[in-house]
Amino acid sequence: MNGDIDTSITDTFDPARVARFILGRAHPGWLGLRYVAHGADWVELTLPWRGDLVGEDGTGVIASGPIISLMDMAAGMAIWSTSGVFEPVATLDLRVDYMRPARPRAAVSGRVQCYRRTRSAAFVRGTAHDGDPDDPVAHIAGVFMTIPWRAA
Amino acid sequence: MRFRWASRPSRANTSGLLESAGYAALRDELGRQGRPWRLKPIGITVQFLSAAKNRTTYARGRITRLGRRNANVEVTAWQDDPACPVATAVMNILMVDPTE
Repeated sequence: MNGDIDTSITDTFDPARVARFILGRAHPGWLGLRYVAHGADWVELTLPWRGDLVGEDGTGVIASGPIISLMDMAAGMAIWSTSGVFEPVATLDLRVDYMRPARPRAAVSGRVQCYRRTRSAAFVRGTAHDGDPDDPVAHIAGVFMTIPWRAA
Repeated sequence: MRFRWASRPSRANTSGLLESAGYAALRDELGRQGRPWRLKPIGITVQFLSAAKNRTTYARGRITRLGRRNANVEVTAWQDDPACPVATAVMNILMVDPTE
């Protein structure tokens, strides 16, 4: 699976470098997602606090919807980081468990790991936190499907 | 117990739309019953059925079960034809007394 990917291509996807292109447009751009860090099989992004992302007026707490977007995007980038190539992926299934609300006016960061990559599927898991990664606000698990360039 | 919510492309994503429609359906029903509420999201599982195109997406939340403390909500999103959903979700929401 990963073995038959040409390493001259696998070295080309650098989440840090491409983050400003990927995160600067469309929905991620509107949300203001930012790159934080990455490893061989994970990526961490952050969602800065903004008044119009608050779920319930007066609480100052970021709504759960933008957190799904954050985790979905971090998952996609973790998959590209793991396989080393940028290829279209489609979310098949994404489960989010909200463990506690984020603190008022706190940015929320999401770290997602791609723990299994096959020819056509990618399995991810991750947590969202508001400062302390050991005290997460949410946990996610998802499955993505790879779309070959020819079919895309 | 239905609520429809529409979203414009690029500004919102399908998951967020599904979730908003789910909450709206629940708030609508609780309001209709005159029940005060404070909602605590517990979980959502989204199934993506087909690629959403660059056009308006609609979502409808349906309450499967409304208990005293817990609600189970089912949400469907579609674009042109409600019979051809692009995504579905199941949600679990906890309701607490706002005076507590």
